[in-house]
Amino acid sequence: MREWLMGPMTLTHVIGMALVAFILLNILLGLVTYAIYIQRKLLGWMQNRIGPKHVGPFGLLQTIADVLKLLVKESFIPNNVDKSLFLIAPVVAFAPAFIVFAVLPLSENIVFTHLDVGLLFYIGVAGLSSIGVIMGGWSSNNKWSLIGAMRAAAMMISYEIPLVLAALGVVMLAGSMNLYDIVTSQATSWHIIPQILGFVVFYIAALAELNRTPFDLTEAESELIAGYFVEYSGFRFAFFMLAEYVYLFAMGTLIALLYFGGWLPPHPALSFIPGVVWLAMKALFFTYLPFWFQATFPRVRIDQLMTFSWKVLMPLAILNIVLTSLIKYWGFAG
Amino acid sequence: MLRTEEMVLNVGPQHPSTHGVFRVIVTIDGETIVGVKPVIGYLHRGTEKLAEDLTYTQIIPYTDRMDYLSAMIGNYALVHAVETLMQLEIPERAEYLRIIAMELNRIASHLVWFGTYLLDLGAITPFLYAFREREKILQLFAELSGARLTYSYMRIGGVKWDIPDVGWIERAKTFIREFEQALKDFHDLVSGNEIVQARLKGVAAYDQETAIAYGLTGVNLRATGVRYDVRKAKPYSIYDRFHFDIPVRTDGDLWAKYELRMAEMEQSRRIVEQALESFPGDGAIIAKLPKLIRPPAGEVYTSVESPRGELGVYILSDGKPQPYRIHFRRPSFVNLQILPKLLLGENIANMVAIIGSIDIVLGEVDA
Repeated sequence: MREWLMGPMTLTHVIGMALVAFILLNILLGLVTYAIYIQRKLLGWMQNRIGPKHVGPFGLLQTIADVLKLLVKESFIPNNVDKSLFLIAPVVAFAPAFIVFAVLPLSENIVFTHLDVGLLFYIGVAGLSSIGVIMGGWSSNNKWSLIGAMRAAAMMISYEIPLVLAALGVVMLAGSMNLYDIVTSQATSWHIIPQILGFVVFYIAALAELNRTPFDLTEAESELIAGYFVEYSGFRFAFFMLAEYVYLFAMGTLIALLYFGGWLPPHPALSFIPGVVWLAMKALFFTYLPFWFQATFPRVRIDQLMTFSWKVLMPLAILNIVLTSLIKYWGFAG
Repeated sequence: MLRTEEMVLNVGPQHPSTHGVFRVIVTIDGETIVGVKPVIGYLHRGTEKLAEDLTYTQIIPYTDRMDYLSAMIGNYALVHAVETLMQLEIPERAEYLRIIAMELNRIASHLVWFGTYLLDLGAITPFLYAFREREKILQLFAELSGARLTYSYMRIGGVKWDIPDVGWIERAKTFIREFEQALKDFHDLVSGNEIVQARLKGVAAYDQETAIAYGLTGVNLRATGVRYDVRKAKPYSIYDRFHFDIPVRTDGDLWAKYELRMAEMEQSRRIVEQALESFPGDGAIIAKLPKLIRPPAGEVYTSVESPRGELGVYILSDGKPQPYRIHFRRPSFVNLQILPKLLLGENIANMVAIIGSIDIVLGEVDA
């Protein structure tokens, strides 16, 4: 696959790439469609409900019906919005969500980009989405969406740091920022064991990064009505939602890669199951875990969130780096 | 230093967390509230004025629509005032039915508060669990009175309907048993949650003097340590026959109010349990009265403990079938007056938590 990707640029090559990209996009969209379905089912079961059941067998076509509804809705732009920003914001929020998949290796053989700064690239590009959110919130000419956008900015600044610091522990152990190398370095034991503290910090920061409960402040329905996308409807709204769900998958995959050995089976005896299946299982678990939180937790307050980030997560992340250095120094692992 | 400006933010009347058509115009500096202007009246129907042209029995449906979450208690407040004015004897079976209906309704009302309050705080699941329990109560009420929300169940001198069959008492007992477990589940799911406690503890606390000065009643008063509950202070109906406690907290913050409402559901459950145990086997459900009720000329003020506080009814009668003047002391309206004081200096997230903690019903605020 790598050879093919790195091969000379001919016309057929470009068309082939475009085709592959298109297919991947559709696979991802299909995954998102059913992630929403499974989310609604899971939430329903947790909340003493049934969840979608009428559209298609077992409600399997419910999300498709919802998406179709959004697509055929009138493309409405409110008066007095900053039109260019308003139109471009969903795309800016949505594009990075797909770009990050470029650096996520999905198995030993499915590696799109062998990027040596893969992790850094992921975090950097994922941060771009916040700009889309802020653009959307700012341009909407709505005070609620402005507050939502400002919260998004504040959250991005405070949670990106513990996120990166926590991930540094893994980088130190693996000695590389290349996600492929990070996975291969876990052949003997997964990073979760020495990095349990780092993992907890990383996951909490990731939840905030993804705007999931209990950190769903930017779109806090009961406070900000819908947050930054109050004024969005139709397919632009769908873009924002899509970005959010794609990030869930990306983050689930990243966690599986960083801490849970990616496509490596838990025991060599289980290696007859293809790596991509292992990765999918791990990634989907961490993709769906936030839905469980969503059914359990209320929302924290913005000041509590900031306090938690700077006074709890940051020191813990730094402590984790110190511990990791000691582990490295005495050579317990790696 | 950046130049910053205050922003006027219009909250409601269509905001999801103002629990109806309540509107607050807040001035915010960042997310901190520096100015508050509540606007009420979107649901004003002039109940008191309308009532002057209605016979006493005709007013009952209007009381349903004031505090629509506890219509039974609203009904009772009115008929209780008329009965006091007429010095009526109420049949025992009717009193029991009233107590059971009112206390079940108090549980139902607190359940709506519990669910929507947690929704305000961002937790979606408790809402559905609370409404599952409430549904059972509404089912019982539908069997009893034919309605799920606006019951118009009480009549002057008694109640309109007897229990539909003997099984109703058994079904109510089953609910009471199940509800004990449900309350435990609520505590397991919510009360111990760190985030809930962090959101509620120490927020928007006020002291006893403030509470009394603002005329707060109900949970909003008892959260500051005043043991005032009309059911105990001025017993009405047959509340003196049942054992129950008046839970009190002293902190006056949101957490105290949360704990109190949860504790009150347990106390109401106890009352219903006792009432169902000693429910009289037979007897009249309404006193013998003429078709057209003419209370003697005079005035009367009586009050009952609604889920929101002291619900008072003042009637000035000139001996006609219609009241000369009727006034409702609506606890939601009175309790709401402290809101601007509580909101100043808080942020948007606390704002919804504070509005929710006062537990207003807009039908009652605007009447």
